[in-house]
Amino acid sequence: MMGYYTDLILILDSTVRLAIPLILACLAGLYSERAGIVDIGLEGKLLGSAFGAAATAAVTGSAWLGLLAGVGVALGMSAIHGIASINLKGNQTISGVALNFLAAGLTTFLGQSWFHRGGFTPQLSGDQRFGPITLPFAPELANVPVIGGLYSELISGHNILAYAAFIAVPVTAWVLFSTRFGLRLRAVGENPKALDTAGISVTRLRYQALIITAVLVGVGGTYLSIAQSAGFNNNMSAGRGYIALAALIFAKWKPWPALATCLLFGFLDALQFRLQGVQFPYIGEVPVQAIQVLPYLLTIILLAGFIGRAVAPKASGIPYTKER
Amino acid sequence: MSARVPLPRWVDIALLPLLNVVLAFLIGGIVVVMVGQNPLEAVGIMLYGAFGYGSGFGYTLYYTTDFIFAGLAVSLAYHAGLFNIGPEGQAYVAGLGVILVALGLNGQPWFLTVPAMVVAGAVFGAAWAFIPGYLQAKRGSHIVITTILFNFIAVSMMGYIISKILKPANVGSDESAPIDAVSRVPQLRLFWELFKNSPVNISFFLALIALVAVYWLIWHSKFGFAMRALGHNPTAARYAGISNAKVIMITMALAGALAGMVAVNNVGGVQGRLILNFVSGAGFVGVAVAFMGKGHPIGVALSALLFGALYQGGQELAFSMPGITREMIVTIQALVILFTGAMGDMLRPPLERIFGPRAQASAGDA
Repeated sequence: MMGYYTDLILILDSTVRLAIPLILACLAGLYSERAGIVDIGLEGKLLGSAFGAAATAAVTGSAWLGLLAGVGVALGMSAIHGIASINLKGNQTISGVALNFLAAGLTTFLGQSWFHRGGFTPQLSGDQRFGPITLPFAPELANVPVIGGLYSELISGHNILAYAAFIAVPVTAWVLFSTRFGLRLRAVGENPKALDTAGISVTRLRYQALIITAVLVGVGGTYLSIAQSAGFNNNMSAGRGYIALAALIFAKWKPWPALATCLLFGFLDALQFRLQGVQFPYIGEVPVQAIQVLPYLLTIILLAGFIGRAVAPKASGIPYTKER
Repeated sequence: MSARVPLPRWVDIALLPLLNVVLAFLIGGIVVVMVGQNPLEAVGIMLYGAFGYGSGFGYTLYYTTDFIFAGLAVSLAYHAGLFNIGPEGQAYVAGLGVILVALGLNGQPWFLTVPAMVVAGAVFGAAWAFIPGYLQAKRGSHIVITTILFNFIAVSMMGYIISKILKPANVGSDESAPIDAVSRVPQLRLFWELFKNSPVNISFFLALIALVAVYWLIWHSKFGFAMRALGHNPTAARYAGISNAKVIMITMALAGALAGMVAVNNVGGVQGRLILNFVSGAGFVGVAVAFMGKGHPIGVALSALLFGALYQGGQELAFSMPGITREMIVTIQALVILFTGAMGDMLRPPLERIFGPRAQASAGDA
């Protein structure tokens, strides 16, 4: 019995670890899509900021400067996305696709040119990374049955970016539904004209949303390369930006359901490692691919309207043009 | 924002896209300079690698073949207002169709197997694209998201099929049994000495036929009219008696069939077996090719050739200038998509000032 419990705690613990970048990217996407900007480029931003963070941390020796650089890269990419989709009224999907390729190409190219390690950045250690934080009394409580393991393994021992991700959820819910900014943000994604008529700048509001998006996804990318791993490697975002996008749709663009969905997708990810080689009665071994595919399948089933309806913000993807 | 000023036709269809491509390459060049390499030397090596000798040119045409099919798969759907980001997955799944008939007919001469591979690739590719088409048409699920998700589903599904079902027991790596040499798509080196040691095969001519066929379909057929009507104005199309749902589903199936031809070129013509992730990005290049080519078959052909040359030349570059890796090509691809697709109208205002009717009129006054 105790064995199963420890197992469960371990799976939940890796669920949390794997869900963090998803949560950050998903909330990032939430801000921009709520403001009416479709962001297919989350994947590229995750990858770009992971590289920026790892490269900077490797050169300067500081994880905090790495974080700054990671967010900086995401801000730069958001700026391109903003110019293309807000100022030039270009196609937001195309811009996002371009950003994804840009990140995939540039990170490997620059990584190889700068560090000559086949696209990897140097191994990071010590202050170059965000290490685990032990919450008060975690070691003392570790031996207390049931809650001891829960507290010291599952809740304590993550890094500061992980806690930031969890704090970002209630903050987002509060900003979105209880502040004036949040009301305007939601309005600009549904009916930008109404805001424009009220004398509020649609452009400015959408750029503000893109900035928040960049900060969140930048933290997510930084988490990938210098908190979860000890350095950058080729294409390390590995589709997480797309999974986050799927999670956002699955959560119907709401913060708390977004957290739940990201944890679910993180759990599937953790399970995939756990179930490798495990034989089940009658079924035999469950193929890894069957679990890998679940987040995508679930999102498709939702999108098809078989379990509830996912309705995107009305103005999302449509550039706003003032009438003359 | 000022209203859009009509530009002379040649400026709109030739100069503006050309300037956008030049801009993309300029920025690519700046990146190369930033890492301390000489971009002009790089271009020279790439041009030589792509066109300078027979087998290099053969490789260029082989990549071009892939990119024409993928580019057409994106272009065709785009005329109906559908952004198909799925050629990567559609080509991958088509590989299954190609290998199944090829192994089924293994040992038969190529003039029997090749048509069968073409049909099977088309059917499997079409089926994989039809599902997102159906979901868009009947359930309102956004095609961009569903085609992206279907790319991922294809990766998992094909990974399982190749490594667990198709892989023969005595083979170490994840790949299917090989197709006999006589049953493969014939390579052009059999007929032309020029192309020795290169993989270009008769799929290249299939690609040229596809370009003409797509041109005819879009601009000279009844269905093409319905497609374009849907792309321009779905409401008007519906009032004109066009069944939008039907057009969406057929268009996506056709796009998937075109993407499926990538598998004929690759699985049937070059590898002679189905290997893991054989598409390796060709489907995504199709997105760049389609936007650069403005969705027109002539544009698609030219930009596919450009990307074919970039891919082959980039290979050569990686040997000659170790400071520049192949990923520089992916960067260029991204910049091309960005400048010809998303920021395609950035240079329009200055061009309007030079070529617009007002400029013409004032020139007439003087």
